[in-house]
Amino acid sequence: MTRYIIRRLLQFIPVILISTLIVYALVFAIPGDPIRALAGDRPMSDAVREQLRQQYNLDDPFFIQYFKYIWGVFTAADFGTTFQGRPVLDIIQQRLPVTVTLALVATAIQAVFGVIAGILCTIYKDRFIDRLVQVSTVMMVALPIIAIGFLLQLVFGLNLGWFPIAGNREGLVSYLLPAFTLASVSTGIIARLLRGELVDAMQSDYVRTATAKGLKRTRVIGRHGLRNAMIPVVTFIGADLASMLGGSIVVESIFNLPGLGEQVYRSISGQEGTVVVGIVTLMVIFFVVINLLVDLLYGLLDPRIRYE
Amino acid sequence: MTETTTTSGTPLLEVRNLEVEFRSKTGVAQAINGMNFTLHAGETLAILGESGSGKSVTAQTIMGILDMPPGHITGGQILYRGEDLLTMGEEKRRKLRGMNISMIFQDALSSLNPVLPVGWQIAEMFRVHRGFKRKEARAKAVELMQKVGIPAAEKRVWDFPHQFSGGMRQRIMIAMAIALDPDVLIADEPTTALDVTVQAQVMGLLKDLQAEHNMGLILITHDLGVVADVADKIAVMYAGRVMESADVFEIYARTANPYTKGLLESIPRIDGAGERLRAIPGLPPPLTDMPAGCPFSPRCEFATELCTAERPALREIVPGHRSACHYAEKIYAMSAEGTEEARA
Amino acid sequence: MSNPNPEARTTPVSTAATEAGEGQKKTAEASLLADAWRSLRKNPWFIISAAILLVMLAMAIFPQLFTSEDPRACFLERNRQTPSAEHWFGTDIQGCDYYTRVIYGARNSIAVGFIVSLGVLVISLILGLVAGYFGKWVDAVISRFTDMVFAVPYILGALVFLNVIPTRGVREVAMVLIIFTWPTMTRLMRGSVISAASTEYVTAARALGAGHVTIMRRHILPNSLGPVIGYATVFIGIIIGAEATLTYLGVGLQLPAISWGLQLSDAKPYLTSFPHLLVFPLLFVSLTVFAFMTLGDAVRDALDPKSKKK
Repeated sequence: MTRYIIRRLLQFIPVILISTLIVYALVFAIPGDPIRALAGDRPMSDAVREQLRQQYNLDDPFFIQYFKYIWGVFTAADFGTTFQGRPVLDIIQQRLPVTVTLALVATAIQAVFGVIAGILCTIYKDRFIDRLVQVSTVMMVALPIIAIGFLLQLVFGLNLGWFPIAGNREGLVSYLLPAFTLASVSTGIIARLLRGELVDAMQSDYVRTATAKGLKRTRVIGRHGLRNAMIPVVTFIGADLASMLGGSIVVESIFNLPGLGEQVYRSISGQEGTVVVGIVTLMVIFFVVINLLVDLLYGLLDPRIRYE
Repeated sequence: MTETTTTSGTPLLEVRNLEVEFRSKTGVAQAINGMNFTLHAGETLAILGESGSGKSVTAQTIMGILDMPPGHITGGQILYRGEDLLTMGEEKRRKLRGMNISMIFQDALSSLNPVLPVGWQIAEMFRVHRGFKRKEARAKAVELMQKVGIPAAEKRVWDFPHQFSGGMRQRIMIAMAIALDPDVLIADEPTTALDVTVQAQVMGLLKDLQAEHNMGLILITHDLGVVADVADKIAVMYAGRVMESADVFEIYARTANPYTKGLLESIPRIDGAGERLRAIPGLPPPLTDMPAGCPFSPRCEFATELCTAERPALREIVPGHRSACHYAEKIYAMSAEGTEEARA
Repeated sequence: MSNPNPEARTTPVSTAATEAGEGQKKTAEASLLADAWRSLRKNPWFIISAAILLVMLAMAIFPQLFTSEDPRACFLERNRQTPSAEHWFGTDIQGCDYYTRVIYGARNSIAVGFIVSLGVLVISLILGLVAGYFGKWVDAVISRFTDMVFAVPYILGALVFLNVIPTRGVREVAMVLIIFTWPTMTRLMRGSVISAASTEYVTAARALGAGHVTIMRRHILPNSLGPVIGYATVFIGIIIGAEATLTYLGVGLQLPAISWGLQLSDAKPYLTSFPHLLVFPLLFVSLTVFAFMTLGDAVRDALDPKSKKK
């Protein structure tokens, strides 16, 4: 087990290095003067320009620049500074809670609704509730995320006026619409995934055994059916948490939530390369680490998996 | 064991004219057409038949674990100590399951929950039916595992099913089934998936446990060899019907049914060296399209027009020996003769 | 557009023609296809999505069939009208007939979807086949490379990349989307190939001395295509959504191109005052994406013999 974790961690080093390198290259190695790119359309004095060249080691060869940067990230949590001289880490610290809140609320929503829907479908298989859930999950999975976002804004924000449609000034309530938007696709996937797994499990020999043991139906489903059917669902939820950071760019932009995603979007348009690289590097690290944790979780949930 | 068999009083389990069918879009399959048998405490009844003869469906119907739909019970009674299980309230019946009537399945690997420790699965019986606390139930699980012969049970109680060998897994199934000291134990092909050497051990264990607890054992199998060793009574099933039932020695010595005769001739015998094995020609009829007469008639060498026209009832030929064949007496006389010849 | 989950959808097609000879195999494949077609015709989802798609495709190829107006004929004096008998969808900020604009928007969106899905399909087939078939270090290299690109959220990669391209048309947007979205389908293909390659008839073919190319072409490719083809259709839908999203975020197609994403982007400031500007392109994007995804799912289910039971 420990050996497996170590090996996976070692494998992840090149993945992290190269994924971040791709982003770094995209932002800093594009043709033209990177400092110009950094500055965007704003005027800049020669002194500032020289300082920036030094700070980003721009006189070094590209790979050296990159390694100096990534070294700083991992050894000193130094994500560079903005054009105005503000540490990128500062921005991250300020914005991270918003995105984390959004992701956690969305995960909770999709876990609760997806799992309940999946169980209902199995219990009422081929009956009205099952059909209804199936039709709605097809819609949820198939609608583009911006469509869902706008739809929720129009209906619940404007027409009904139940929730704020922008910003996060009203606390947790203001996260609900964005979180539902971010969770909608996965809620549908989870419901369908769990239905498939649970229907299979309910037809399995071990569930027949559980019934033959004289257990109540709720216990047969809960302890024996769900315990097996939830394994792929839990791993999906975990893996989805990792990709939510990417989805947060769109959702935070639609709902004007001041999180990391919105910051990335703004920095890309504003050509603030250092901020982009900093946040994206962080996102990639999150992604990779969460995926490793999900792998290990899978092993905990399913005793048949052996790590070698 | 035959000594302990009591033929008087209310039987432990009695199945009367049970009929089960499976309905699907393509048609109706008659899985069981009038099943009858009785089982007393301490007695072993072997239900013998080819796959598709309805023996597993019988077991599942008794247990109340038949998938419904597609299964439908269209007639008959299943009396447990005189009380009909089929008309009993669901909650009452559930409590009987596992506690009074329990079951062992063929494939222990798929029948045990793969993600729960075996000890937990055994202990669950005590926790659910007896309300034991976690620790007490665990102690009981260890005790049972020792009883069914699992080495180092104390250590292995939290192991998972895939970490055991086939024979050990079947022992765990057995431990779970006998946990609450049931009256009736149904074993559905308990040794089919096991190696021959392990088969004998597991059957031996079942026999010992049966004697110890004076259980009524229903052994469902297609293996005539297993039957001869263990069973007191046999019911031979074909196409959802009982073709013949009698004491085990009676059937082996003097069968009164052409199907049983065919079965017995198709297995090698130690004393029959040089004899040619004979297979029964043809296949069982499809359950969706049962012949009007005797279901075995298309394959039967003794069949006449009567057989294709009229379905023979299961009737007593000699006391304790019943057969569903128009010519049961003729076959009975023939096989009795054959046995005399072999002895001579 | 969170990452669509390929693993959950992966159900490799097992073949009906295991040990059959070449001739028998052809008929088995044909009957598999006939089977698939028969079950598709009975699937209401398939009928609905196919009907929507036919309309959308007609719109993309022959927009003139649906409207006689010129989408670029805009008159400021009639701007921001709400839907009426004359202008079914109202008019936009510049006073163009919004119905015509929306109809003409189909072409760019669907074009991006098709180009990207086709490009990704080609990449996935090649990489997935090579990685899944040869295994060992070849697989390790390709898989790790796939992981690396997969770790960069594609919306993010596309945002960064497209932001530095000054003029962006269908070609540029499609290219960038291909670069960042191929890993999902490649993983799916690889898994599918691995299960096809481990079957006994492949072992048998290998024992008979068939070459790598023959085995891949004759045995593995046909048997691993099912889930990938289904996903490629789903993927067109995903990409149309992604294009609209990117364009909405301001890094996709640019004016004077006509696209649903651009309409959404332009409509955003008027969400409260003129919601119809948002609703109509949104409806069309959603219908198209929905139709492609549902069609792809239906096709994949029909091609997968195992999924029919449910």
